[in-house]
Amino acid sequence: MHENAIELRNVTKRFGEVTANDHVSLTLRRGEILSILGENGSGKTTLMNMLSGIYFPDEGEIFVNGRKVTIRSPHDAFELGIGMIHQHFKLISILTAAQNIILGQKGPAKLDMRQITGDINALTSRYGFDLDPNKKIYDMSVSEKQTVEIVKVIYRGADILILDEPTAVLTPQEIEKLFYVLRRMREDGKSVIIITHKLNEVMEISDRVAVLRKGQYIGTVETKDTTEEKLTEMMVGEHITLDIQRADPASTHRCLEMRGVTVRNREGFKVLDDISFIARTGEILGIAGISGSGQKELLESIAGLQHVESGQILYDAPSGAVEELTQKTPKQIYDMRIRLSFVPEDRLGMGLVGSMDLTGNMMVRSYKQGRGFFADRKQPEKLATEIVDKLEVATPSVHTPVRNLSGGNVQKVLVGREIASAPRVLMVAYPVRGLDINSAFAIYRLLNQQKEQGAAVLCVGEDLDVLIQLCDRILVLSEGRVAGIVDARTTTKEELGYMMTSGHVAAGRVVNSAQAGQAASGSSPSDEAQSESGKEAR
Amino acid sequence: MAAKRTKRVIHMVKRGNMTKFTAILVRILAVILAMIVCGFVVVGVTGDNPVGVYRGIWDGAFGTGQRGWVTVRETVTLLLIAVGLVPAFKMRYWNLGAEGQILMGGLVSAAVLLYLGPIFEDWLLILIMLAASMAAGLLWGLLPAVFKAYFNTNETLFTLMMNYVAMQIVTFFVILWESPKGSNHVGIINAAHNEGWFPQILGQPYLLDIIIVAVVMALVFIYMTRTKQGYELTVVGESVNTARYAGINVRAVIIRTVLLSSAICGLAGAMIVGGASHTISTSTAGGRGFTAIIVAWMSQFSPVAMIAVSLMLSFMDQGAVQTASQFGLNENVSDIITGILLFFLIGCEFFVRYRLEVTTVEIEDGKERA
Repeated sequence: MHENAIELRNVTKRFGEVTANDHVSLTLRRGEILSILGENGSGKTTLMNMLSGIYFPDEGEIFVNGRKVTIRSPHDAFELGIGMIHQHFKLISILTAAQNIILGQKGPAKLDMRQITGDINALTSRYGFDLDPNKKIYDMSVSEKQTVEIVKVIYRGADILILDEPTAVLTPQEIEKLFYVLRRMREDGKSVIIITHKLNEVMEISDRVAVLRKGQYIGTVETKDTTEEKLTEMMVGEHITLDIQRADPASTHRCLEMRGVTVRNREGFKVLDDISFIARTGEILGIAGISGSGQKELLESIAGLQHVESGQILYDAPSGAVEELTQKTPKQIYDMRIRLSFVPEDRLGMGLVGSMDLTGNMMVRSYKQGRGFFADRKQPEKLATEIVDKLEVATPSVHTPVRNLSGGNVQKVLVGREIASAPRVLMVAYPVRGLDINSAFAIYRLLNQQKEQGAAVLCVGEDLDVLIQLCDRILVLSEGRVAGIVDARTTTKEELGYMMTSGHVAAGRVVNSAQAGQAASGSSPSDEAQSESGKEAR
Repeated sequence: MAAKRTKRVIHMVKRGNMTKFTAILVRILAVILAMIVCGFVVVGVTGDNPVGVYRGIWDGAFGTGQRGWVTVRETVTLLLIAVGLVPAFKMRYWNLGAEGQILMGGLVSAAVLLYLGPIFEDWLLILIMLAASMAAGLLWGLLPAVFKAYFNTNETLFTLMMNYVAMQIVTFFVILWESPKGSNHVGIINAAHNEGWFPQILGQPYLLDIIIVAVVMALVFIYMTRTKQGYELTVVGESVNTARYAGINVRAVIIRTVLLSSAICGLAGAMIVGGASHTISTSTAGGRGFTAIIVAWMSQFSPVAMIAVSLMLSFMDQGAVQTASQFGLNENVSDIITGILLFFLIGCEFFVRYRLEVTTVEIEDGKERA
């Protein structure tokens, strides 16, 4: 066996004028875990898609086990023992795990499911997977689905595995489990490539790290010889400090309160179940949870985009009056002159209009202004120009459709517009998803600025390390319920992870144990909040 | 080492932005290629000289002053319907019901001519006719719009079915109004004194058509690009969620936009009945409601391109009549030529966006290697 499982030489891939990979050369050794590190848009996924047969390189050579190969389709990749686990799973939800695993495989006319199940069980116990082959996909958690995807490629005989951002959707505990399995595979002589942009994971799991920056191959280093700081420098091309400046909350008072809010989705399933909490001015309230635990619905019900079945949403106006937001439409909230800003998760699907230029997208918030029949484009254009200048949005002009901008710039346009109205409540969902490090820190600074200016900031996030550094308090959602609210300055990643999966605060946790009981029983989530709402005569 | 053979593999590669000038050249090239292919088809099928057929088409469309005016009239009629479709399409509401909306507009125009012709002055009659035809088209668009807004029903099937209902209603009135009795035709309405017929302006027969279409077209494009309502419908078309986020009343916008669209299509009915045919039948719309979809789409809602495409399609259509009589072919020959032309024009858009690259791959032992 050749010592290199894969060798790429001068591989180049262009999409129109954009060069996604520019003469990239790298090697994957047999029996190692190689991290491919790079910011969004650095060409990691494109490079891997050429190995898995989805794209065909414009230039360059690929060697597998020392032999020069041409990979023209996913089928070719499989023949060479290369299996890729994509970010978006490709599973059929009404079939079982075993049925999905053998899907598309050649075999005898008569299916012997018992034999197949046996084979799968043998495989899972060998590597330490936790999987029931007879479970239907629609009954599975995200982590289980990912397990099916991994078992599927191994079952088909892959000995080179490529995982595209596998940890993005997992809790810290699930990530540990995944890493355990990956190490077992390494011991078994399989080679693994893991695409990621989370530095701590890179340090923990990989033997070597290959870094890409803007489509260029920067270099490969041994993990044991490097540090997170050095890797960041390779990735970004300059030295930057990874600290978020968090000020202590000042002049906090209640700004927004949810009382026992319940929301059902179209299928009648409770996506929010008896949610109660208070958001205060001058602080950032983080919202954590496994994806799909009700984060989206929580923000949308405040913004007037969800039908609230029961419960109340209350807003404390600066005048001291308490106004009810429950069942108000976005237009009614706008007409009440409540400065509520919302940066939704799906930027181009809600929040922005992809085919419109920057000016047109500023108008989403302002086009109603003025009495006339005609829409004013002058003010929005001015605002767009200001945002481009202030937030350093990379765009040819304010007349470029936002769809043509990169993810980070799209986000800057959206955040810029939303904070332009000097919001009193600022809600952001996954504000740095898809952003490079510099843009991400620019966004964190903006959020902190809004907090210091007295806004109540609600921030839904997925990176627990960041939430702990950025927020003042963190509300943890679990299956649509509040698992608890903890102080971000004293909590740990493990504690949050435990709450996300178990739905309650860990036993024996001293600092916030009193709050935990209340949260679980569905009353006001913090003792402070309790006394506050008790005092308030409504 | 085993003997090597090579094999060519074709890949699709996305282009960088092509300059506007090159893109136009590609499209002109597509038209030339289409004409060459058409030539082969004409010679192959009929044995006639293709240059002669082309000359026949030109002659049919612009051979005389009268023919030229008819071609212009047909062009602006088609253009008006396409303009009507623009707001709905921009909102991603696929109005396939223009045909029915034109028919209903034409039907009430005929009714106005028949019943009010003897009563009112010509200018008032024409104004009533224009207003009534818009109201009729609007009503015909109302039902699918309400269902779309409140129940999110599929508008493509709904509007399509409304066309057949409109045809049946027209059939009913044709029998009611037939003249002479038993002929199954309505005949030319107000043939004796031309009450309510579109007048000649400055001695030109169809100048009024041109004025109406120019005004409507200008208004629609100002509406689309400058007004709050135009902004709202564009946002709804792009993403209903963004529209709700922006505080737009999505239902109201859907209904309002569809009504506007179908009213303009109804107006085309008045132009056909009052300005051209002066009669009504189930073929009054004559497929223009569908042809206009091609016009709107191919020009990607650009006003200048819409004029060009309308002109091209009307030109081919008018030319067909001439070739039919001159060469003893039937009118379908023009449909074939139009089809080939559209095939090349739509096909060339692929080459504006992508190019094909050929890579040579070495083959050895039945396995392929780069």
